[in-house]
Amino acid sequence: MTARETLPILGFLIGAVLVSLFVTSNVVLNFLVFTLILAIAAQGWNLLGGYGGQYSFGHAAFFGMGAYVSAILQQRFGVNAYPAVAFGIAAAAVLGYAIGAMVFRAGLRGSYFALVTLAFAEVLRILANATEITGGAAGLLISLNLGAGNLQFADRSSFLILGAVLLALAMLITLALEKSRLGAQLVAVRENESAAAALGVDILAVKLRAISLSAALTGAAGALYAQYFLYIDSNIAFGTWISVEALLAPIIGGAGTVFGPLIGALILQGLSEGTKLLIGKIPGLDLIIFGVLLILVVRFPLHRIPGLLAARWRGKGAP
Amino acid sequence: MGYPPEILLEAVANGLLMGAVYGLVALGLTLVYGVLHIINFAHGALLTLAMYAAYVAHGAFGLDPYAAMVPLAGLFFVLGYLVQRLVIGPASRGDDSNMLLVTLGLSIIIENAMLAIFRSDTMTLRLPYAMSMVEMGDVLLSLPRLIGFGVTLLVALLLFVLMTRTDTGRAIRAVAKERTGAALVGIDVAHIYAVTFGIGTACLAIAACLLLPSFYVSPRVGNAFVLVAFTIVVLGGMGSVTGALLGGLFIGVVESLSGLYFGDSLGQIGIFLIFILVLLLRPTGLFGARA
Amino acid sequence: MTGQGRDPAFLAVRDLTKRFGGLTAVSEATFDVREGSITGLIGPNGAGKTTLFAMIAGFEQPSAGLVLLDGEEITGRKPHDLAKLGLARTFQIVQPFAGLSVRENIAVGAFLRLPKRRDALALAEQVGQRLGLGPQLDKPAAALTVAGRKRLEVARALATRPRILLLDEVLAGLNPSELRDFLPVLQDIRAGGVTILMIEHVMQAVMSLCEHVHVLAGGRIIASGEAAEVVRNPAVIEAYLGPGAAQRLAAHA
Repeated sequence: MTARETLPILGFLIGAVLVSLFVTSNVVLNFLVFTLILAIAAQGWNLLGGYGGQYSFGHAAFFGMGAYVSAILQQRFGVNAYPAVAFGIAAAAVLGYAIGAMVFRAGLRGSYFALVTLAFAEVLRILANATEITGGAAGLLISLNLGAGNLQFADRSSFLILGAVLLALAMLITLALEKSRLGAQLVAVRENESAAAALGVDILAVKLRAISLSAALTGAAGALYAQYFLYIDSNIAFGTWISVEALLAPIIGGAGTVFGPLIGALILQGLSEGTKLLIGKIPGLDLIIFGVLLILVVRFPLHRIPGLLAARWRGKGAP
Repeated sequence: MGYPPEILLEAVANGLLMGAVYGLVALGLTLVYGVLHIINFAHGALLTLAMYAAYVAHGAFGLDPYAAMVPLAGLFFVLGYLVQRLVIGPASRGDDSNMLLVTLGLSIIIENAMLAIFRSDTMTLRLPYAMSMVEMGDVLLSLPRLIGFGVTLLVALLLFVLMTRTDTGRAIRAVAKERTGAALVGIDVAHIYAVTFGIGTACLAIAACLLLPSFYVSPRVGNAFVLVAFTIVVLGGMGSVTGALLGGLFIGVVESLSGLYFGDSLGQIGIFLIFILVLLLRPTGLFGARA
Repeated sequence: MTGQGRDPAFLAVRDLTKRFGGLTAVSEATFDVREGSITGLIGPNGAGKTTLFAMIAGFEQPSAGLVLLDGEEITGRKPHDLAKLGLARTFQIVQPFAGLSVRENIAVGAFLRLPKRRDALALAEQVGQRLGLGPQLDKPAAALTVAGRKRLEVARALATRPRILLLDEVLAGLNPSELRDFLPVLQDIRAGGVTILMIEHVMQAVMSLCEHVHVLAGGRIIASGEAAEVVRNPAVIEAYLGPGAAQRLAAHA
């Protein structure tokens, strides 16, 4: 990872800070914070799905794990927000490893991997809805206790910066992965497992590392969500909506690229808000558009050849 | 924990009846898998669409769901045919993950179109016979479910005749077995794919008409069925028609019994856990290892 | 490596058998590959060559039999463990990692022994140059011609720094001039200390490259020996051309 490669990420961060300084509209800030949360969750999906080719339909499991663990620790056990969020992220990573250990060891991939991850997320959703510690169907409120020490901010622009820093971190991790041995092995596994194994790639180990890292990032998004809205319930934290959007954003914005999830999240949220403004609030309308967009992107792949794009980029950038 | 035997027996019997309709839903899914080798993720959403269609047929035309069965099956055959021919086929270009994404896209579109039109309220038809019971020996059986059981068997029989006695059926089996070979002897594979998808969708229309008298409709109702159907298909063996029917009966009983013991909301977990376990424990060669 | 008192068999295959259901694809195959040699494995289509390769390289579990590498038993070990031990293979159907450049493709192999990206890319560059892929190093791997892909397949395997390389029909599909260019490359690899076992149909290449040839037919090793002598073996001729062919050829001669 060279300084030049991290420049776009730095640019993004500076842009976010500028926006936080000059934009005062709560509607716009709200939109941006939510987009950032989504982009972080999507970056998590991207690590496993975009780079590793393992399409999860159940990343809500990790989002919800991050959200619930950090919220429960704060609310039920009085843990400070910072360690609580860290534990939430760790719990998501452990869950990712555990699911991966079962699922990848059993050799599930492709459609079966998609379905089984969906099933895991649903099991967690039903459990969260039925147990006491999660607040059951009523959900869980994190008590308002403003202050940077509690990771709660009165103004949305502080959250914008927090979200942007976290996303920048996620992008740096992704970039580092892309330039690492693990990243090369992960792409090799995505393209051809047998050929990768023949070159000494331990497929199971690579997939397990990828799913743990992926789950940690998506878990961080969940914890941030809980911190921002101070309320979660089972349908928010473990709902299919986040599984679907975490998958759609990278696929629409460019799977297997560092900026794809952010671009996709901006497109998705932009479309969603745009249709609300233009047509009014019809439930489900934005998702219909997402669905059409997904089919179109698959039908007419513009950027689903990240290697080619990246190669062209490098070609241009080379002195 | 102890329930009197009549209650258990009744739960098992009603589970079997419900399971038959599950089997019908799974039948469409397994048929599509067996021939096209795709996991149709939109299966649940198409079922939702069919249930709304039956609901509207009753509301707008006063058509009883059982009377709507044949016309809706025809309509959904055409719909399925066109969806495969015009959307799934061209968009996925034979790639596994593309098919997964395209059918996911379809399910998102259908589900949310229903949400936009009918909103998220659950709706039920109030039919005079919805709560009717039939007494058989010691157990009371729900009449709509009993009818569902009978119709499912009839549909399975018809499918069997179609597959074994007609040219189309033979062509479908040929394509399922050896696509390239079938294409070489002049079978239009894209057409057969679409016909198969149409049949699978028509099965859903029939299942919807059988479910509606005793079941509610909501934009997400198909979700409840889609994983059930996948569980059944995996349990019964991907592509196996008898496996789908037997798997359906088994899952129906499991659901009924776990609902009895754990309550409805936790009872659903049983199905997901079975699904996960079945996927994890079956030998890998059967599943992921498709090169 | 002391080289003292060592079994001349660097790779030893003993009674290796693979049954799929009732079908026996490979039956009690026994043969040796000497260290530093280029050894050919030939045989008619469907003889079981690729299954045999798959068993040696850990992609198929043998139903019976043993594989020894440098005296150590390696039967049924996982492919990536075997790669670490120094056994690399190529595939008959070449599939480059589409999302990566040629250089990065080779680096996947190089990463086996070199955890740092810079080192792996340097080795990839070196191996790529050696295999004549220099001008293509920064191109997307998917853009390579068949001949280029074959070279890439060998380069990737070579970048794992193997002690023995199993090549599955790397010369198939090449035109005569591509073939002529490729033979010295393989000889160069062997000269670099890598033992080669190759499945090959291109007899011209087998005759000029391999000092030793094993013939597999119907899942059994039916002949072993020097290339020139093996192709005159009546059993081998019959395996390729059908029963009685050897006699008919002899009558014509």
